[in-house]
Amino acid sequence: MKGGFKSTGILTAEELRGLPGIPSEKRAAEGTVAVIECAEEFPCDPCESSCVHGAIIVGRPITNLPHLKEDLCIGCGECIVECPGLAIFMMDLIYSENEATVSIPYEFLPLPRVGEKVEAVDRSGTVITTGRVIDVKNLPSQDRTAVVTIAVPKEFGWDVRGLQLKGEKDL
Amino acid sequence: MLTTDVAVVGAGPAGLLAAVDAAKAGAKTMLINEYIEPGGQLTKQIHKFFGSEEHKAGIRGIDIAAKLFKEIDELKVDKRMATVVWSIFHSNILGIAHDGKSEMLRAHKIILATGASENAFAFPGWTLPGVMGAGAAQTLINLQRVLPGQRVLMVGAGNVGLIVAYQLLQAGAEVVAVLDALPYIGGYSVHSAKIARDGVPIWTSHTVKKAHGRESVEGATVVKVDKQWELIPGTERELEVDTICIAVGLTPLTELAWLAKCKFTWVPALGGYVPLYDDKMETTVKGLYVAGDCAGIEEASTAMEEGRIAAISAVESLGLITQQRAYALRAAAYERVKEFRIGPFGEMRDQGKRFIWREREKYEGRV
Repeated sequence: MKGGFKSTGILTAEELRGLPGIPSEKRAAEGTVAVIECAEEFPCDPCESSCVHGAIIVGRPITNLPHLKEDLCIGCGECIVECPGLAIFMMDLIYSENEATVSIPYEFLPLPRVGEKVEAVDRSGTVITTGRVIDVKNLPSQDRTAVVTIAVPKEFGWDVRGLQLKGEKDL
Repeated sequence: MLTTDVAVVGAGPAGLLAAVDAAKAGAKTMLINEYIEPGGQLTKQIHKFFGSEEHKAGIRGIDIAAKLFKEIDELKVDKRMATVVWSIFHSNILGIAHDGKSEMLRAHKIILATGASENAFAFPGWTLPGVMGAGAAQTLINLQRVLPGQRVLMVGAGNVGLIVAYQLLQAGAEVVAVLDALPYIGGYSVHSAKIARDGVPIWTSHTVKKAHGRESVEGATVVKVDKQWELIPGTERELEVDTICIAVGLTPLTELAWLAKCKFTWVPALGGYVPLYDDKMETTVKGLYVAGDCAGIEEASTAMEEGRIAAISAVESLGLITQQRAYALRAAAYERVKEFRIGPFGEMRDQGKRFIWREREKYEGRV
């Protein structure tokens, strides 16, 4: 029987570590970097050509998992909206002394506003901390996939992968 | 009697591409569709497609459809929307009906691109209003802009179940849970990850035991199942939901192919009974082609390629393009299709397709 994310939909820490799209602790400690949470071999490769720095390699066959060349990644975030699976995030663990930032592809309305406090959730949708929205990008070229960047306490950088607007559940 | 070179039945991804390629080659082409608008599933698919860069990956289905509609119009394809094909005679005459008026259409070549229907799933209470196919819910939210309910239970964690669950969230519903009787999630993990981080629990080895409510769904009893899919007593839990969406697979819509007396075979990996066809998508009835889900359940990207392959073969047979050109175009299409038929998800379908070709060859040997 298959376990882990194939049972729950949620990637475990162990499963994540085994993925070729996840940066090393060392690279992550150096600043903004892509985190590609693509765990399954199916035919898809727009991430590869989205990266003009050559930091994402899928190659052939097209079912290969994307491989992050972490030293080539400059953290520009261009790949986030090119992933049809919304599986790429940008993470900056040294944003400030106490905060990390996570950039999240976001396809819900209304969009949060810069400065707004939001509930920061992990891969299971559990609220684990409060985030502060520091950037919202929704350019025409993104084709309606907004990218919301939130600052969270540093220790949550690896775990925050989504957000909910405050009070959303009470509406 | 109406006449045309190529009649395409169904204006989804397969039919649209078939009509485009047939018309491009100079064939007088008629595109017949039961629904009032063309597009099939494409116009409901508001998510970005997977695939390769050269294969429209990253583009939303609805935008692919818009581009194809423009091409259809530019190519002056004769569009017959809200038109039912009610029978097929002598393998090349279609009975078509529109607005209460029936006509006969003689087509030199016919391409069936009729798609699929959603499988039903019966349980006590399944006839209550509020129980619907996931595709029906998707039509309501993305085409009609109507939210079917506030609290939804999704039954089935294949790609359809996962994608529609996500789109229901986008439309403003709460998805209470996604269930699947299998011990694992059948759909792509990127889809399950998206709804998981939006707080939707996915319960594998679970099924719906009962829907309750007086005049419509007010709740559901869900239960764990064991490896033999037997309900495990004592594991029931009550969910307060007003909508139950069923996403337990699709079946090819092949009535016209049966009426035309095509030979069929049973391929579970492709959704059930599918007509035999060769690598030109031609069935055992000469001049009758199939493409897309009615030729075996796959996805929009492969459906579009099959539509092209069928159209190329039809216009080749009409003498509108050379054999060499048709061969090269088909080879290019198969090269693009190949990418979707590899990997753990694609291999089974690839084997299914090859099985059909072999069966078709065997049949040819017999006659």
